[in-house]
Amino acid sequence: MTNRFRTPSGGRIDRRARVSFRFDGQTYDGFRGDTLASALIANGVHLVGRSFKYHRPRGFISAGSDEPNALVDVARDRARTAPNLRATQVELYEGLNATSQNRWPSLGFDAGAMNDLFSPFLPAGFYYKTFMWPAGAWKRFYEPKIRAMAGLGVAPTLPDPDRYTQNHAFCDVLVVGAGPAGLAAALAASESGAKVVLCDEQAELGGSLLAETTATIEGQPAAEWLSQTLATLTARDNVTLLPRTTAFGYFPHNLIALAERVTEHLASPDPNQPRERLWKVRAREVVIAAGALERPLVFPDNDRPGVMLADAGRTYLNRYGARVGERVVIFTAGDCGYRTALDLKAGGVAVVAVADLRAEVTGDLPARALAAGIDVRPATVVTGTSGRLRISAAHLAKVKDGAVGPSEKIACDALLMSGGLTPSVHLFSQSRGKLVWDEAAGAYLPGTSAERERSAGACRGVYGLAAVLEDGYAKGEAAASDARTHAAPGRAAAPASVAKGRAFNAAGDHASADGFIGATPHARNPAFVKAFVDWQNDVTVKDIKLATREGFRSIEHVKRYTTTGMATDQGKTSNMNALGIVSEAIGEAVPKIGLTTFRPPFTPTTFGIFAGEARGDLFDPVRKTAIHDWAAEHGATFEDVSLWKRAHYFPKAGEDMHAAVARECRAVRSSVGMFDASTLGKIEIVGPDAAEFMNRMYTNAWLKLAPGRLRYGVMLREDGFVMDDGVVGRMAEDRFHVTTTTGGAPRVLAHMEDYLQTEWPDLDVWLTSTTEQWAVIAVQGPKARAVLEPLVEGIDLSREAFPHMSVREGRICGVPTRLFSVSFTGELGFEVNVPATYGRAVWEAIFAAGEPFGITPYGTETMHVLRAEKGYIIVGQETDGTATPDDVGLGWAVGKAKKDFVGKRSLERAAFFRPDRKQLVGLLTKDPRTVLEEGAQVVADPKALVPVPMLGHVTSSYMSATLERSIALAVVKGGRARIGQTLVVPMPGRMIEVDVVEPVFYDPKGERLDG
Amino acid sequence: MLIIDCPWCGARPEVEFAYGGEAHIARPSDPSALSDQEWADFLYNRTNPKGLHAERWRHLHGCGRYFNAVRDTVSDFFVVTYKAGEPRPDAGTEGGDR
Repeated sequence: MTNRFRTPSGGRIDRRARVSFRFDGQTYDGFRGDTLASALIANGVHLVGRSFKYHRPRGFISAGSDEPNALVDVARDRARTAPNLRATQVELYEGLNATSQNRWPSLGFDAGAMNDLFSPFLPAGFYYKTFMWPAGAWKRFYEPKIRAMAGLGVAPTLPDPDRYTQNHAFCDVLVVGAGPAGLAAALAASESGAKVVLCDEQAELGGSLLAETTATIEGQPAAEWLSQTLATLTARDNVTLLPRTTAFGYFPHNLIALAERVTEHLASPDPNQPRERLWKVRAREVVIAAGALERPLVFPDNDRPGVMLADAGRTYLNRYGARVGERVVIFTAGDCGYRTALDLKAGGVAVVAVADLRAEVTGDLPARALAAGIDVRPATVVTGTSGRLRISAAHLAKVKDGAVGPSEKIACDALLMSGGLTPSVHLFSQSRGKLVWDEAAGAYLPGTSAERERSAGACRGVYGLAAVLEDGYAKGEAAASDARTHAAPGRAAAPASVAKGRAFNAAGDHASADGFIGATPHARNPAFVKAFVDWQNDVTVKDIKLATREGFRSIEHVKRYTTTGMATDQGKTSNMNALGIVSEAIGEAVPKIGLTTFRPPFTPTTFGIFAGEARGDLFDPVRKTAIHDWAAEHGATFEDVSLWKRAHYFPKAGEDMHAAVARECRAVRSSVGMFDASTLGKIEIVGPDAAEFMNRMYTNAWLKLAPGRLRYGVMLREDGFVMDDGVVGRMAEDRFHVTTTTGGAPRVLAHMEDYLQTEWPDLDVWLTSTTEQWAVIAVQGPKARAVLEPLVEGIDLSREAFPHMSVREGRICGVPTRLFSVSFTGELGFEVNVPATYGRAVWEAIFAAGEPFGITPYGTETMHVLRAEKGYIIVGQETDGTATPDDVGLGWAVGKAKKDFVGKRSLERAAFFRPDRKQLVGLLTKDPRTVLEEGAQVVADPKALVPVPMLGHVTSSYMSATLERSIALAVVKGGRARIGQTLVVPMPGRMIEVDVVEPVFYDPKGERLDG
Repeated sequence: MLIIDCPWCGARPEVEFAYGGEAHIARPSDPSALSDQEWADFLYNRTNPKGLHAERWRHLHGCGRYFNAVRDTVSDFFVVTYKAGEPRPDAGTEGGDR
């Protein structure tokens, strides 16, 4: 098969560059400049897919991004597989490998096509009607079956090996669309020096000019004017031209997202180039020159391969030198069809007949068609087509006084249809501009703008080459002028500027606004007719009429019930006809029915482009402490705590986590351990009013805390629930060293800033995050003092001079330190704060000094076990945003005598005094070897009627090496009153009995704190 | 993505900012004097208007300052921004600035 349908000359393809490609395993030839669609058409291939629901054979409909049918999978290798690409937009390259979708075993014979026979049982909304019973069958049976049958391409399962980048760009004027209107706009805007970006989704800039063979502009052939204009624009430093770049999303304040396909069209992409690039363009002014889409006609069997849009047939011929068939019938509602008829005839295609929906056919184009000897039939409709995998005949019938006469079969291999033009208002609508129905244009056109943009050319219903060029030029001038006169996006509004304008001398055939919306008439039994409105989702006229009979009147409801316009083409070809059908069915004018909302993206966009570089190691920042590398060198496993990597435990050879944690725990309880606590949030609070500020932010009393002392602080939200906790040191009268939970640091600082800036700006206080400035080394255990003493200068570590909950400044290993006497383990303990840059050196010195005592580095898991043995809570584990201080046993930390602090008033709410509030308790399983699951429910009587009343849940649960049994913390309704009771934790297959106990399991009197 | 005019730094993209809820709701000077209902109003009840809304924003990834803004909740566009502590300006009887 060698390009039997290729014209001997003409088109924009490079006939010297032959390109070989594969489709469904078969090798074909095309030329550089072809799309996959044009190359297949040149080879006589029209059957390229199976439809979504009925598996009907389908061919190309359009030549652009509105294509609903010809979706293919293009694979370079198993990881580089892109499904659902429109063959009309896939550029041909040597070795391109494409396959069709949604068919099994093959495109010619598809087992799923039996759905077509069952179609009477698959009406609109059949999902909602059919799969209701038996209960549960949807998930187990129907959904998997339907998913296997329906659907489009298959996504690759391997990681994407390609690179995607993202650009921020700023310009005075962004022009979307490089057809005649967009080119003229870019010319005008750049004339004045404005910074202009011109983008177009196609490989070549030029839009409709690329398919013009007879039109002239300023006395030159259109193609000549196009190349000169592009040369002019390219030569201007202030212009950026972006072909292969789709403006897919319009976001507030003129942020427009562009997807540039950088290497998709290359046989051997440069590995240094990204595959795609996301442009986030912030434009002062935007010119939308998106053109118009041709509307299909809705008639019976209009989905046969070979049935296409008229202008697509013209584009394939003029731009790609590819004939869509040898004998063509044209069905048109306006002049568009005649333009195609004349060009096809000139290109050597037999135009058998033109069926015109209009009763009276007048005007220049039809007259020329008649003069050319084309069989023009006014008041004629297509009532059906013959053929299976390709159209073989069109059934034409006369319409007289609304009655459709008998049909005549006319043999053909292509049927081109034209229902008129639909302005492409997608981007304008995305910008939240108001669309207005224009009776004369028979279309929705851009009305009031919401953003600083203007539409130009066919996308606002301006047709005819000269008019479009002039409109584009005027809009480009105005945009550049407006961009000069207002400061920046988001700032003051600009005065409306007056464009000087420019006249263009242009000549060419152009389509009138004539057209048709809805379904064309036929005399066949509607029950046995499939006239497609939405090709991609297999929605027919019957489905839409059924929806209106079932009471759906709003187009938004009809859309969702029938799924019309909801496929990946977003109804580019279907929306207007669906409106027309609803309008006729319910007897309301089209503008009364409303219009569905256009949403981004304009065409499907890859996930890769959104991810950009933010994947793998670059997905999120990683925070590491100064001691991280030491821990890694000593075999630590790490866990993620917010963005931090924290040492989880330090397994020795042959140890699992359980064994390592048990060893680490015993070391701390019996001798000494060390722990990297650097991730704790730290805030330095300084100023004359620092103590007053602390007093207002925390529940505790701070005014009388002496410098050199520490206090455990509890922070509430204004609603009275625990927000954060941490140990706070008063370094001086006017200086506090505050610590927060690891994950809570930013939230706590923001909370403090909020009150300081907006409620109490009179307080003289400064807040500074110092989390990254301090490395914190916890040295815990009965030998902690003995380890540290030789390293510390200027601080007396004796209990008398340095009591528990104190802070001293001095030096350790010659480095300045804030030394805390504090314990989160229940043992004698110190936390050594040193400047982060010295963190590792001091850690290593302490490790060396501790070696005689068997000092043991431990991780977060051991820290958790040790604190749970002592009943110390972790905010976020024992609390969940609904716990008061009293609920978790912190009532003692609330300064009852204080007049006010954040959250105090809320603590007086009656609900906080209910006896059945969930309270922190300890749970001991009857079997000491059983470790409860965190999150497990706690109940009183598992045999109670379902739903069994839930009393609370397990918040922390560990095997305690020290106690040689399991321990757990839980929040339980009325928990403190239940101490001594036995409750039950129901788990799959068993009931675990637990004793409710005090939440402190080890050294309840705190005697070990003093070592 | 909106552009927000920080009264301290100028126009910056929305990603630099954090929303802070309705503006001009002062914390009562003596919460203990309030009834439960009055306190609940302060804590939870907001005007949630369709149209112009005075609200707090913080230039989190910038100067760190809280400031106030009037935004049209219909168009999503800002009418005016002003420093914390300043009264709500009269500006903005019409829709938002584009």
